[in-house]
Amino acid sequence: MPDSQKRLGPLFWICLGFIGLVVFGAIFANVLPLPNPDAQNYAAVNAGPSLHHLLGTDDLGRDLLSRIVFGSRVSLVVGFGGIAIGLAIGGTLGLVAGYRSGALDTVLNAGSFVILAFPPLLAIIVIVAFWGRSLPKLTLIIGIASIPSMFRVIRATTMSYANRDFVVAARALGASNRRIIFRELLPNVAPAAISFALIGVAIIVVLEGSLAFLGLSVALPTPSWGNIIYEGASNNNLQTNPFIALWPALAMFLLLTSLNLVGDRLRSYFDVREGGL
Amino acid sequence: MSPPDSPASDEALLEVKDLVVDYRTRHEIIRAVSGVSFSISRGETLGLVGESGCGKSTTGRSVTLVQRPTSGSVVFAGTELTTLAPSRLRQERTKMQMVFQDPISSLNPRRRILDIVAEPLNIWQIGSPEDRLEKAAQMLEAVGMDPGESGHRRPQEFSGGQCQRISIARALILRPLLLVCDEPVSALDVSVQAQILNLLHDLKHEYSLTMLFIAHDLAVVKNASDRVAVMYLGRICEVAPSELLYEEPQHPYSAALLASIPDPDPRSLRDGAPLTGDLPSPADPPSGCRFRTRCPHAQPLCEQVEPPLEEIAPGHLVACHFPEATRHA
Repeated sequence: MPDSQKRLGPLFWICLGFIGLVVFGAIFANVLPLPNPDAQNYAAVNAGPSLHHLLGTDDLGRDLLSRIVFGSRVSLVVGFGGIAIGLAIGGTLGLVAGYRSGALDTVLNAGSFVILAFPPLLAIIVIVAFWGRSLPKLTLIIGIASIPSMFRVIRATTMSYANRDFVVAARALGASNRRIIFRELLPNVAPAAISFALIGVAIIVVLEGSLAFLGLSVALPTPSWGNIIYEGASNNNLQTNPFIALWPALAMFLLLTSLNLVGDRLRSYFDVREGGL
Repeated sequence: MSPPDSPASDEALLEVKDLVVDYRTRHEIIRAVSGVSFSISRGETLGLVGESGCGKSTTGRSVTLVQRPTSGSVVFAGTELTTLAPSRLRQERTKMQMVFQDPISSLNPRRRILDIVAEPLNIWQIGSPEDRLEKAAQMLEAVGMDPGESGHRRPQEFSGGQCQRISIARALILRPLLLVCDEPVSALDVSVQAQILNLLHDLKHEYSLTMLFIAHDLAVVKNASDRVAVMYLGRICEVAPSELLYEEPQHPYSAALLASIPDPDPRSLRDGAPLTGDLPSPADPPSGCRFRTRCPHAQPLCEQVEPPLEEIAPGHLVACHFPEATRHA
């Protein structure tokens, strides 16, 4: 458990606060006093920031702040949902494989290599193109794609604990395998898993952006951060109104920075110093 | 520490026969333990010594079946363990517990020590949750820790010696019959070593324990053990009551090990040539006697025939074609 001397620092709380703000906005977007993100207002096209439109409007006169807030739903659902799938399946398999080793581990490990050998973006593009690109499908596909890397990280972390003497002691005491995995191994693996999961969310948020550029994220006009940046970069918009692309890119940048920093700080905070002897 | 004075009864608590343990790597099979047999009577402490890599730790782990032996038999309190169904083995194994070398790795860094010591009771659902913590606190006191002050802290806040005390408390809370100590003091300072050895000695009497005491330090084993078995390259080469072994080692390897103990008295002289060379690979042991490549008295016979472990005097077993006694005679 954390030492009393260890501190997370103010930057950690600022970043966590920003993540909280984005999540809050995504959940309560309907209730917040925001204009309809799809309402076009040709009287105020490419408007700068004003009281009416805090971040201005795009080339169709849609409110950018509203589009970004509603667009965060896609990014967050894909990001956190995808990682949740990866963590649930890949993490569980990684724990079992790392603890049991043997034939099961060999098979799962080889399987993860086979899947990792495909360039993930290419695989996702192909599947999305054939299967469709609704939000649940997108989340599921990206989630499945994240299973092998999640598996490998959890497996490696588990292996570093599985041969320690306290695990042998637990076995000698008659603890069942399930008990050893959940009571002895999981608490030691969890910090690394959480940290890696947060970084995974950041990677997926960027991935959604890449898919949007290829026209493979959720269908327009539904806003997503990737979709808004894509629109902001097309039709000469970068020359006429760079803010369309700038605001969502800035939001994405801040979210990624926050996720990475929070993940990293949490990992070192929960890291047990073992140099005491 | 005074020599053990408990009368060891003749009834064997643990009987190990022809124990073989292989480790498979990608390219070869390493026979870490290659046909080891010994028995330990109730109340007795058997010391197991040898160089690093001779298979003594593996032997300790196989005896508790934490490491599955490749072949051989382990009879504990009249029960053959190697053929036992997993659920029965789980239960039977609680009567034999282990204390490990590395005090840090022995304890889960994320749990409070009171929970660590109470865990065996939790596993077997013995008593109410309050009872378990109460018993764990008593056990911590028995090993010289203050449960009120330290029970809620985590392992990394303790020194190596304290961690070993906690490990011992955890091992003893189910009141085992046999305690396998796998180099319990090798990682500790000399002053702390003595404390832990004394603690083990006291607890042995208090809980009527039988012990398998594994170490590479002969000086440590001498006082702690009633009998000592010397292992070399996966086999036992000599077994004798500890006094006898230290005074009249019969196997050249035992003699060399004893000669390597630093002696504070410059006038005392011991025979036995110091060891040269390295331990051969257990994947490809020498033919005949395993020790012949490093033995100062090796003869052509040693290359051809592996010497069996034979009793040359009551309670004194040696696996050597030319034990010291016959050579001097």
